[in-house]
Amino acid sequence: MSTQAAATPVNPPAIPNGSGAAAILSAGIGAFALALLSIAADKSASLKALLSIYKPTGTLSGVTTGAILVWLAVWAVLDWRWRNHAVSLLRINIAALVLLGLSLLLTFPPVADLL
Amino acid sequence: MGFGALYLLAASGAIVLLYQRASAGALAHASSGSDRFLGIYLAVMAALAWLTVLSGTYIVYPWYRAAAPPGTLNLSAFPRSLLLSSPATRQWHSIGVEWKEHVAWLVPIAITMAAFVAIRYVRDLRNHPQLRYALHGFVIASLFAAGVAGFFGAMLDKYAPVDGGQTIHLVRGQRQ
Repeated sequence: MSTQAAATPVNPPAIPNGSGAAAILSAGIGAFALALLSIAADKSASLKALLSIYKPTGTLSGVTTGAILVWLAVWAVLDWRWRNHAVSLLRINIAALVLLGLSLLLTFPPVADLL
Repeated sequence: MGFGALYLLAASGAIVLLYQRASAGALAHASSGSDRFLGIYLAVMAALAWLTVLSGTYIVYPWYRAAAPPGTLNLSAFPRSLLLSSPATRQWHSIGVEWKEHVAWLVPIAITMAAFVAIRYVRDLRNHPQLRYALHGFVIASLFAAGVAGFFGAMLDKYAPVDGGQTIHLVRGQRQ
């Protein structure tokens, strides 16, 4: 990958990056919410029962539905606030990718069992 | 299974597509048709990812985790019970399925975001290098997550212990 081509914009952006930033950060938060909910449901019997919203699938139904709702809600709020603004994407990218990496790690059962 | 396999193929294609667009001079010469194609391609991938997790969670998984009636000796129709019935296969559930069922849901989140960004910015994406970096990162992460889910799905469905085939130890040296 050429760093020159990747780092230098061809023209000044026509659309502010706020909408994209909202999508990126909310995806990281949604992924992290999924990991946190799966761990929490594993540790708490009451939460496990609460999250079993579709019995044949068990806790997975509530964990995933909850995470998707968190993701979409955060996305809607951030998009509403940032849509017409340019934001610092470097920090947002780092935060989102760290959250995504943590989610991949925390969904791995031997790691989740350590918590 | 079919949707997931298609997703894995499409994800590797997306990484090649993104890499080609990032190579020297490619962005400056990319046509508007090429920009639109990226958005459509990622949107189809997002649709595949949603079909995969929804069918896996609400059609396949209930069958997998169905409880065997008390006294059932032949557990071949009850995969979760079959795996948990032997210390040699228990970790296929406690590690393999437990990881697969959650990590797979990271895929539609990641790829929906990527598709949204590609469609929202279309031709302006070339002017937002940081958006492109994030898009690349999330597509690669989605390929990894789909690969994990696909690997365990394939091993559990097609190969090892569910059908009474070869026993494969995921973790050795632990006291049961």
